[in-house]
Amino acid sequence: MKKILNTYLLLVLLGLPFTANAELKVLACEPEWSALAEEIGGDLVKATSATNALQDPHYIQARPSLISKVRRADLVVCSGAQLEIGWLPMLLSKANNPAVLPGKPGFLEASSVVRRLDVPDNVDRAQGDMHPEGNPHIQMNPHNIARVAQAMGQRMAEIDPDNADGYIRGTEDFIQRWNEAMAGWEARAQELAGKRVVCHHQSWIYLEAWLKLEEVATLEPVPGIPPTATHLSALLKELGTDGNGAEWIIRAPFQSDKASDWLEERTGIPAVMLPLTVGGTEGANSLFGLFDDVLNRLFEAHAGEKSHTGEKI
Amino acid sequence: MKIRLRHLPLACVLLFCSQVVAQEGRSAELDALGEEIRSMRTEYEARIADLEARLDAAESRDAAPSNAEVAYQSPTTVSVASDNSFNPAIGVVFQGQAWAYNHDPHDYSIPGFPLGGEAGPASEGLSLAESEITMSANVDDKFTAMLTVPIHVHDGEVAVELEEAWVETLALPGGLSIRMGRFFADIGYLNDKHFHTWDFADQPLVYQAFLGSQYIDDGLQFRWLAPTDFYLQFSGEVLRGDRYPAGGAAHHGVGSATLGVKTGGDIGFSNSWLLGFSWVRADSDGRKTGHDHDHDHDSLLFTGDTDLYVADFVWKWAPNGNSRQQNFKFQAEYMWRNEKGEYTLPGAAPGPWDNDQRGWYAQAVYQPFPQWRFGARLDHLSSDTPGMMWEGTPLYPGGSDPKRYSLMVDWSNSEFSRLRFQYNHDRASDLTDNQFGLQYIFSIGAHGAHAF
Repeated sequence: MKKILNTYLLLVLLGLPFTANAELKVLACEPEWSALAEEIGGDLVKATSATNALQDPHYIQARPSLISKVRRADLVVCSGAQLEIGWLPMLLSKANNPAVLPGKPGFLEASSVVRRLDVPDNVDRAQGDMHPEGNPHIQMNPHNIARVAQAMGQRMAEIDPDNADGYIRGTEDFIQRWNEAMAGWEARAQELAGKRVVCHHQSWIYLEAWLKLEEVATLEPVPGIPPTATHLSALLKELGTDGNGAEWIIRAPFQSDKASDWLEERTGIPAVMLPLTVGGTEGANSLFGLFDDVLNRLFEAHAGEKSHTGEKI
Repeated sequence: MKIRLRHLPLACVLLFCSQVVAQEGRSAELDALGEEIRSMRTEYEARIADLEARLDAAESRDAAPSNAEVAYQSPTTVSVASDNSFNPAIGVVFQGQAWAYNHDPHDYSIPGFPLGGEAGPASEGLSLAESEITMSANVDDKFTAMLTVPIHVHDGEVAVELEEAWVETLALPGGLSIRMGRFFADIGYLNDKHFHTWDFADQPLVYQAFLGSQYIDDGLQFRWLAPTDFYLQFSGEVLRGDRYPAGGAAHHGVGSATLGVKTGGDIGFSNSWLLGFSWVRADSDGRKTGHDHDHDHDSLLFTGDTDLYVADFVWKWAPNGNSRQQNFKFQAEYMWRNEKGEYTLPGAAPGPWDNDQRGWYAQAVYQPFPQWRFGARLDHLSSDTPGMMWEGTPLYPGGSDPKRYSLMVDWSNSEFSRLRFQYNHDRASDLTDNQFGLQYIFSIGAHGAHAF
């Protein structure tokens, strides 16, 4: 034991000089928040994401590499609302980093600063993989991104006061560019209002709220349970061979295309794969590209052109 | 951040030094240092106050709703004067099984490896395995606590056990944490995994032979995670030594200790691995093993030292890290044990004992599509031959070559429910046994995140 302690002290002392000029280390649970941290913090931060855009953030293994990332993080940013319940608590408990535990300035739960939708009155696992704190996929409404940006800039300034000026300026600059972009998207998307959609999983309700789309069904019988033949047949009956006015079947890149293609074939509703975060498609190469690409894909599929559903990344 | 990280430890060390040395005669140099630290502190305090003022200003600017699209409503907080809002997270795991054997499991033995702890096959026929109640919550800002209480039914009697009851630090600096209480020892890969997270319905033979299925004990655990790019964790434990592979709480109740190191990482997005080495030193004072270790008169008693070395390796693959659709897991552990001391057999005088034994298992579990998993496992044990004086006793391997082959398939409707079928071809002794098992695992309530 004594030997371990000595080694430990030695490592800490050796480690000190290296921490001197390091950037603020941000670990995001999802790529949208690492992208946002880079937009705000620029060169002041080093942001990484625990997951990539083609991974389903519900189901991630608490891998050793992630534990060591949490160990060294100054700020951990996650969507929260129990999206990462299956792995984040394990990372936090193994990483021995008190600065990033929930309740500390080093932990930011993005969904806590926006209005969460679909907060159930009561929860029962018979209803599937419920999120008692509401739907966690908040990033698909750009107004939410703006709110998280404000909170994130403030946190960065709080944790790294030396560079507070930079974070505040970075936030203001981002918000300005974001507001301009949102005005553009909203003008472009006006004609989508009122359209009906079928979704694989309830990942899109914030997008639907923003674009005023109407969700008529999900391919999953209950959240988190993969689509079943019974459920799909029932859907087919409900939608009919003309699709009953639904305009798209939407799924995320990491969700299997089998169910949506099956339904597309029988109902004629175009199946479309939309990026759920930065990096989900080639076009979604930044937060700005994410919403550009979502609109592009919706319009393309709507115009009856060959959609990108078959694209393999 | 940088202020705290860079200067605070230094400042603390210096302040401490200055006070200690000051008593023995102040030196001008230390005065100067103290002065420097004081001025540093004043400067930072002023800067922080300035920043707080600026933050406040920024916040009040934001408070004016500039974007009217979705007005942010803070969640309505109603203060309720009740005690249950701080209730711990409670979960219950239900487990049941049915086993069929060629031979009576009461006669199960592995020649040369007298079994201790919970080792050995499950009851024949329909039975409940552990029903497990867990509770956990943060104690305050510096401690968190966990309780696991399995309820067994053994020969018709209900027994409530205490499997885990520990408190762990949350706020130690430098990547250090200390756990105290009763816990699964941090050795090997499977030892600290709960029954319901195993990929097979039973433990590998090495765990049964060397760790009494799972080594749980009371004591202190230290874990330190190195601040490296790759995962590197060191752990050490001091334990009471009252449970197999220790026994009798030797050395006035500090009879056992462990050391371990773990490392791991990713290869691309799809592969990740974990490698560990650990060492258990258990000093026993009349440790009971043998088939009827519940009854003193039939027990084999061991007094002496046990050294157990464990190497474990786990490799997981999932296409692009999405284990939901498809995944593969390979794990293998090797154990080597040396025991020195003396064994006492029922009705006999103590005899000297010094023997080396080893064993390993390797298993692979594949999920080709959602909800279904298929697995295979290979077990092997081997023992050096002890002195001829032990011939004819359960301690004598007598040229046996214990092996076991297992196959399993399980189906999970959600991550809270699992049904499993398992087949073992068990050649642990001359009595070759075909074992067929059915198992269910259901969990309700809080369900903690699983470790890698």
